[in-house]
Amino acid sequence: MLWSTTTWRLIGQRLGIALITLVIVSFAVFFATEMLPGDVAQILLGQAATPEAVAGLREAMGLNEPAFQRFLGWLVGLATGDMGRSYVNDIEVVDLLGGRLQNSLRLAGIVTVICVPVALTLGIIAAMFRGSWLDRAVSVATISVISVPEFMVATLSVLVFAVWLGWLPALSYGVNVDSIGAMLRAYAMPVITLSFVVAAQMIRMTRAAVIETIETPYVEMALLKGASKLRMVLVHALPNALGPIANAVALSLSYLVGGVIIVETVFNYPGVAKLMVDAVATRDLPLIQSCAMVFCVSYLTLITLADMIAILSNPRLRQ
Amino acid sequence: MTIPTTTPRKLRLPTPRNLGYSFGWTGRIGIAIIIFWAIVALVGNWLTPYPVGKIVDWDYFGGVSAKYWMGTDYLGRDIFSRVLMGARYTVGIALAAVTLACTLGVILGMIAAVIGGWFDTLLSRLLDAFNGIPSLLFGLVVVAAVGSSIPVLVWTLAAIYMPGAYRFARALAVNINTMDFVTVARARGEGTPYMITFEIFPNILGPVLADFGLRFVFIVLVLSGLSFLGLGVQPPYADWGALVRENIEGLSLGAPAVIFPCIAIASLTISVNMFIDNLPTKIRDRAE
Repeated sequence: MLWSTTTWRLIGQRLGIALITLVIVSFAVFFATEMLPGDVAQILLGQAATPEAVAGLREAMGLNEPAFQRFLGWLVGLATGDMGRSYVNDIEVVDLLGGRLQNSLRLAGIVTVICVPVALTLGIIAAMFRGSWLDRAVSVATISVISVPEFMVATLSVLVFAVWLGWLPALSYGVNVDSIGAMLRAYAMPVITLSFVVAAQMIRMTRAAVIETIETPYVEMALLKGASKLRMVLVHALPNALGPIANAVALSLSYLVGGVIIVETVFNYPGVAKLMVDAVATRDLPLIQSCAMVFCVSYLTLITLADMIAILSNPRLRQ
Repeated sequence: MTIPTTTPRKLRLPTPRNLGYSFGWTGRIGIAIIIFWAIVALVGNWLTPYPVGKIVDWDYFGGVSAKYWMGTDYLGRDIFSRVLMGARYTVGIALAAVTLACTLGVILGMIAAVIGGWFDTLLSRLLDAFNGIPSLLFGLVVVAAVGSSIPVLVWTLAAIYMPGAYRFARALAVNINTMDFVTVARARGEGTPYMITFEIFPNILGPVLADFGLRFVFIVLVLSGLSFLGLGVQPPYADWGALVRENIEGLSLGAPAVIFPCIAIASLTISVNMFIDNLPTKIRDRAE
């Protein structure tokens, strides 16, 4: 029954919504950056440019065409992998993005591999021993991490690991990653910071999901018939909490998108986010637009994935 | 046949505790810290021991001393004065933004719930799409486009968090909308403005206020994040995020100049969270 027509319809519907959202988002990104006061051609050529030169560049860049037409052209370009050229250093945006994207994905991958097992274990244990000192300690720690800005987690980790303990370098740029040890040291700070932020979200959501399942009558029944607490949670509750937990994992990973912007800037990590923040400083529009789209697409993918897992794992949503 | 004896009823005074409106001690600490920062934000400029922009010490990143309570910053300015003034920007901008976001979101949400139909569907779809943009990224794109100033920050932050407030208020209002008293009011022939102000709004007020508080925290976090990236509040003004950015060089020295603004942000956001978490259920979940 997992792949009934209703399931397909719901999944299709969700994908459709994601696609429409993507179009609206790209519309917003394009026109937000188009609102730039002043003329792009004028800015590029500087104050000393003759009006003829500015007019010529406008013509060459296609700026005289209606905005909507340019939007469509931009959208088609994005879809076919042609993201335009950077204004500032006149390199294809795709070439700038490629390596940076790899770096960011590597960072995200390492964080995911570390976070998921740790967060799930802690979340499930906290839910099992709800109200115990362990549960309270975990709750206080996660709430504290969630209620402070990401840069503060980064600052505190630098303070603790690099300044007070002196174990790690504070910044990761300029470090040669030719040996395993050096690579570990270079990645350690960004990974630690991001893991704290993502794991805190994941632990909270996992705990909530497991507690919700533990409170159902059939799990209570298992306890009443004499099953041990461990058996009650692992055999009776957990299989049914897997869907909500997977949903929680995908949702918390979407916090990577926001966290990575701060973390890459703080630690000077050469990823997409650093590229984008630098592009904002130089007002390099094609680059900003492309980076923004990279982030929006990854964010939307994770959120849609979470929704689809929820649909697949809950039979009641499929009827 | 026994006549049920009426036991003398214990007199119950309508004190907050008896009505279910009392706060736990964590909630009380939370509200105390919130009130403290609110007062600092209002009268902070009369409390500063030194002028905010004045270089008072030749020694940069000075430590905590009787003269400079929170040390000095990278130029030798008094951090205590700067944190007091920073409260005005952080609290003020966040409060203005959250008020705008929630007012617009809640009004639109109630209208959508009362009117329903294509208006509701269209608005919900559109605003959900805006929810699909990561908040910090939205801020970055707008600041890149129009530059950073305080009104731009307020409107951007309000725009980022309005869809969430809309979604929350709409979900609550849809529930209220199915109640009998609403049907009665509609049968009486009341118009939409009357319906949302007198029938729906009073009944979703509690949860909406709790949502207001949580959204305030999110906005403080994004605002500090933007300022930390150098794209939020611009010099010569500085909110707490900007103070951390200015003094980040002092981190490797363990300077108090970078630690105290961090503590200020954390104390505000954590205490709001503590307060909301400990709100009496009667206020928080009244609509459920």
